[in-house]
Amino acid sequence: MFWRMISGALFRQKGKMLMIAFTVALGASLATAMLDVMLDVGDKVNQELKTYGANINVMPKGASLLDDLYGVEEGAGVSNQYLKEEELGRIKTIFWAFNIVDFAPYLDANVDVQLHSNAGSVTAASGTSTETSVSSGGSTSSGGSANVASGTAGVELVGTWFSHHLELPTGESLDTGIKNMKSWWDVSGEWPRDDQPTSALVGSILASQKGIDVGDTLTASTQGRQQDFTVVGIFNAGGEEDEQVYVPLLAVQQLTGRAGLVSSVEVSALTTPDNELSRRAAQNPKSLSIKEWETWYCTAYVSAISYQIEEVITDSVAKPIRQVAESEGAILEKTQLLMLLITVLSLVGAALGISNLITASVMERSREIGLLKALGAHNLPISWLVLAEILITAVVGGVAGYFAGIGFAQIIGHSVFGSAIDVKPMVIPLVAVLIFVVTLAGSIPSIRLLLRLRPAEVLHGR
Amino acid sequence: MNLLELKDISKIYGNVKALQDINLEVSQGEWLSIMGPSGSGKSTMMNIIGCMDKPSNGSVILDGADISKESARGLTDIRRDKIGLIFQQFHLISYLTALENVMVAQYYHSMPDEKEALEALDRVGLGERAKHLPSQLSGGEQQRVCIARALINYPMLILADEPTGNLDEANESIVLDIFKQMHADGRTIIVVTHDPEVALQAQRTVVLEHGKVARIINNEQDTGR
Repeated sequence: MFWRMISGALFRQKGKMLMIAFTVALGASLATAMLDVMLDVGDKVNQELKTYGANINVMPKGASLLDDLYGVEEGAGVSNQYLKEEELGRIKTIFWAFNIVDFAPYLDANVDVQLHSNAGSVTAASGTSTETSVSSGGSTSSGGSANVASGTAGVELVGTWFSHHLELPTGESLDTGIKNMKSWWDVSGEWPRDDQPTSALVGSILASQKGIDVGDTLTASTQGRQQDFTVVGIFNAGGEEDEQVYVPLLAVQQLTGRAGLVSSVEVSALTTPDNELSRRAAQNPKSLSIKEWETWYCTAYVSAISYQIEEVITDSVAKPIRQVAESEGAILEKTQLLMLLITVLSLVGAALGISNLITASVMERSREIGLLKALGAHNLPISWLVLAEILITAVVGGVAGYFAGIGFAQIIGHSVFGSAIDVKPMVIPLVAVLIFVVTLAGSIPSIRLLLRLRPAEVLHGR
Repeated sequence: MNLLELKDISKIYGNVKALQDINLEVSQGEWLSIMGPSGSGKSTMMNIIGCMDKPSNGSVILDGADISKESARGLTDIRRDKIGLIFQQFHLISYLTALENVMVAQYYHSMPDEKEALEALDRVGLGERAKHLPSQLSGGEQQRVCIARALINYPMLILADEPTGNLDEANESIVLDIFKQMHADGRTIIVVTHDPEVALQAQRTVVLEHGKVARIINNEQDTGR
């Protein structure tokens, strides 16, 4: 009889029940969409933020020490220590390998440059060399052709990977380098190719000062060696890089006689915002208890990823670029907090809606409930009856709302991030519990009303 | 033997004295009518007899037990086990069929029995309308479903509030015939009514005025039954 009454109420009062189911569906859809987006927004925002550069800098231990002691930011290259290029693939084998988006090695040297301009201009520049460069004695002339300019220039030549194909020890492969990491660089011309060691990308300030154009040839010399480069592109980075020349890593290694060595590596990684545990770990991982250490190690904190990089690269120090990491963390936290607030508000709204509808429904059915009491029904069976109706309706609304929410999440994903939002299975029990709690909470006023109903009042107006 | 005794019953709502010092005895198998103008206290008296309200003063003895001090839960149990209620507005559940409306009373009393509920509908002439919703039944038919529901648990006391108040003459006659049959079967019936013709069918009529018993009429003596 209980289920006959329930089915009678559900199927013969479709209008009311559909309205309650619709309200529940609305709340469930918002909760699903917001939770899916909230759980995925970390990766999405992280990926967006990765377009603004690296967040971990890997240096040899000696160079890092100079940085710590004397504040020499570019400590790499002024010490005699280098990292081994052959070990760089190991960065993609750490515990958080999938969070490593890109990385690029650097080997820089101050070189003397002769510009062979197609326009026939004469350009020279000079400067001091670092320990890695060899000072040239003065201007030299190159009388090869009519459009050749002669001169010297003290220029920072940076060897790196542009889009380097890498075979990993795991058998996988990837293309990584500054072409992805420096996506905001405005390049006129082309990016150099790693398999063409004579191509060069010149910073816009240097290019305008020295009149360098795409197609010009530069001769870089240091330590008695020299190498010709063809300018394939001029870039504008909006920073000190605009005074540098970027060439394939192999070229600088050959020019400086440091085959297979790099002075630093920039790593772009998807990270979890720092908290108290990660800050303590960053200062001294050994201060953590075993459990804390495991939690920290198995969470994608920037300090944990740095630590794991140090484990795989010999004699290296991986330092988070704090400004970037902390900004990312702050943005991420605020975005997630915003999503959480929207989720909570949508659920509160749904609870109020459900509460109002159910209370109205109970008031409308007060005679029916009064009659059941007059026939001898106690409060508990009547409460179960009403709750069962509401919960069944809520399940129908919740299921419909869940699928609608997945749709909303995809709309948000495509309109805000330009990509789909991952549907997280954990959202299903979360939404189920939330809807159950919200429906129960929304039913409380109506149940209280129901318990207070006296049959004489509703049946006879007394 | 008295089934029901009201001793010095009063009911006060704020400053309004709905009932004052009512004394009444109803014997087993008796058919009693309660009459009176609007505001005379008929519904209040019915609520107290029907265990849907408690008197402010006095005691109600039903089947030998004082129920005036019972808790709300205790009154619900008495209502379920001993009283059959019939309402002027029928109060059928709109989304249940006639049969299901009868079975609801069984469900909260003991155990639903579809066969028995169908027989109860048969007795009031509605066996073939058992699967109809209240909206598909006439007023008279709805009242007969209400009567079948009141009778299904074999109550000691049938309490009817204006049972023919919403019915046309033909249906009133049908319903009164059912009441006569119930009385002949030995049921104790109390009917609250405005209608003198309906009141006259009872053995006695209690006339209420301003919350007091104005007079008690012995219909059998007056009509020579």
